[in-house]
Amino acid sequence: MTQGQTVISVDGLSKVYRIGQKERAHDSLVAATFDFLLAPIRNYRKFASLYRFNDLETDASGTAVADMIWALRGVSFSVRQGEVLGIVGRNGAGKSTLLKILTRITPPTRGCVQIRGRVSSLLEVGTGFHQELTGRENVYLNGTILGMTKKEVDRKFDEIVDFAAIEKFLDTPVKRYSSGMAVRLAFAVAAHLEPEILIVDEVLAVGDAAFQKKCINKMQDVGRSGRTILFVSHNMPAVKMLCNRAILLNEGRLMMDGTPHDIVSSYMSSDVGVPAARQWDDPRTSPGGSVATLREVRVVGPAGRVVDTVDIRETVGLQMEYDVRVPGHILMPQFYVYNDEGLLLFGTVDREWQPHPRAVGRYRSTAWIPGNLLTAGTFYVSCALLSRSTDTSQFYEQQVIAFMVTDNMGEGTARGDWAGWMGGVVRPRLEWETSHNEGARKLHTVR
Amino acid sequence: MSAQPAEGPVTVIRPSSAFAWADVKELAQYRDLFYFLVRRDIKVLYAQTVLGFAWAILNPLIQIVIFTIIFGRVAGIDTDGFPYILFVTVAIVPWTYMSDAMVQSSQSLVTEQHMLGKVYFPRLIYPLTPTISKLLDFSIALLLVIAVLFHYQIAPTWNLLLLPFFIVWMVAIPAGVGMWFSALAVRFRDVKFAMQFAIRMLLYTAPILYTASPLPEKYRLLYSLNPLVGVVEGFRGCLLGGAFPWEYILPGLATTVLLFMSGVMYFRKMERVFADVV
Repeated sequence: MTQGQTVISVDGLSKVYRIGQKERAHDSLVAATFDFLLAPIRNYRKFASLYRFNDLETDASGTAVADMIWALRGVSFSVRQGEVLGIVGRNGAGKSTLLKILTRITPPTRGCVQIRGRVSSLLEVGTGFHQELTGRENVYLNGTILGMTKKEVDRKFDEIVDFAAIEKFLDTPVKRYSSGMAVRLAFAVAAHLEPEILIVDEVLAVGDAAFQKKCINKMQDVGRSGRTILFVSHNMPAVKMLCNRAILLNEGRLMMDGTPHDIVSSYMSSDVGVPAARQWDDPRTSPGGSVATLREVRVVGPAGRVVDTVDIRETVGLQMEYDVRVPGHILMPQFYVYNDEGLLLFGTVDREWQPHPRAVGRYRSTAWIPGNLLTAGTFYVSCALLSRSTDTSQFYEQQVIAFMVTDNMGEGTARGDWAGWMGGVVRPRLEWETSHNEGARKLHTVR
Repeated sequence: MSAQPAEGPVTVIRPSSAFAWADVKELAQYRDLFYFLVRRDIKVLYAQTVLGFAWAILNPLIQIVIFTIIFGRVAGIDTDGFPYILFVTVAIVPWTYMSDAMVQSSQSLVTEQHMLGKVYFPRLIYPLTPTISKLLDFSIALLLVIAVLFHYQIAPTWNLLLLPFFIVWMVAIPAGVGMWFSALAVRFRDVKFAMQFAIRMLLYTAPILYTASPLPEKYRLLYSLNPLVGVVEGFRGCLLGGAFPWEYILPGLATTVLLFMSGVMYFRKMERVFADVV
């Protein structure tokens, strides 16, 4: 791999955000009225303080100021020309803050970045598109917003229109476009920027399969032409496939810098990422209450082996093993499944064993999630055990394991041969029934 | 280690310093964007209206008719000897421009916040765009002025040569106000309500509907510090002829320069956290 000189050098980058202080609670009408009257003064202080960072020094030294969040803490790395760098980390790890600094949307609080060449980002797809303007006008507006000159847009105009395949609708206002057409046009503009450094943030999930393929090809073209790419994704297989180096962020810190393979496996197995299985060898330190102790929790495939990735069609099992030390309790194991935006999709409890008081010993409880229920993505699982006899929680481990569901199409999937966007937080495969009413006389049922 | 050296300019991103002047070179690089944003504003403003650009004339025209009836006929205000319609038209047209541009410019960052958080271009473009796009309405409304001048058979004088100067001045006022208030509005949405109120008041602080000549001389300087006074008097001088009342014009010019420069500095100081706060 031939690589040139350093094109991005990030040195000790930190960023602090101020969040507004909490609302006050008041417990009497008098207090509430008084509070209401003083609100303008308090609001002024609050909004004004959003700009002040004079008290940062005290914060950095450890005395925490309650309303400040360090999104990045002293991150340093550099990128050479031609590298495809994957940026990996959980939500809130600082990835988007890093990108916002690199694209100059927000300045850092400390530290410095030097960039050689033009940066453009596919975060910005469609920014500034205006519904009332025609396709042609939007290409020019969006192109110049992304940093092109009119001349550059002129030169690439035909290519852009070709790429988006919207020739016929060039002079139609974008509000009359289908959402697919608008996205294609927006992406086409962004893809023709030809920046020296391209930032890609999981937006390739737009458009239909054919268009996605075009986009991937375009990205690989960009890579081959010696340009530098920063690729931010939750999609570990994609990081492994597209990148030749990766960094791992956690809580604003740079945890690791290495090959995509190493980064992905440490993301999936360490405390930084969330592993597919956890066990506690020492009963004294494992989570537990007066009755039971958690020993192991894992994600398993249909064969009972630990898996971290399953096909969207496959059944996946959530399994916990726990020791019951005190007999005679009624215990209820529970799992909670969250998606990567932290949304609780569902909770589930063991109904079968509920009425039976447990004897002492090791138990293994598995909840089977049917195939074709979850959508593609990363899921985090909390596990808990409740003693219903004493109404006490024995253990409650939050988002302790994780697994990924990979998308697929064709036989047995919810999407069938449709390769386009599905969306949603679940993807059940439903029975469909379509009837055809010919001349309102006969009713054919097609199953 | 081979490959061709990386090209392109080096950008350094660091914590922004508290004081900065406008980066004119960077603004110049983005002039095409400026142009397309202005075009967008113009096109979008009258999209799906029946009358379209006729509104640019109707809006001041209706005001002129109402003010002429109330102040010209009923109140019988002194106009230094000009017919009231003529007197008020040459002032209402720049006033309409300035008030529209001020309102839009002050809200520019808030209304475009979706862009603010997603893409970088010089932030000064946001408040400056409305000050240019509103010039189209102004130019159309100038036809109204010409029609009225023609009707009263007012011949152009050499004074007209100074009109471009007063037009530039007229643009600088909403630009200065817009830079100040758009930056403030990011934190304090009160600006929107305060502006509505202020605009209504401002109309009466300048000699738009009346003449300033009965004003006692000791208050003249204070009164003329209002930059609107200078622009309005300047427009009257250029279009109606006669001697320019410089004692009313010059103080406002100084205020405008101050307003504009401080606007740039305040905006540049605040812009570093726009994306975080908006």
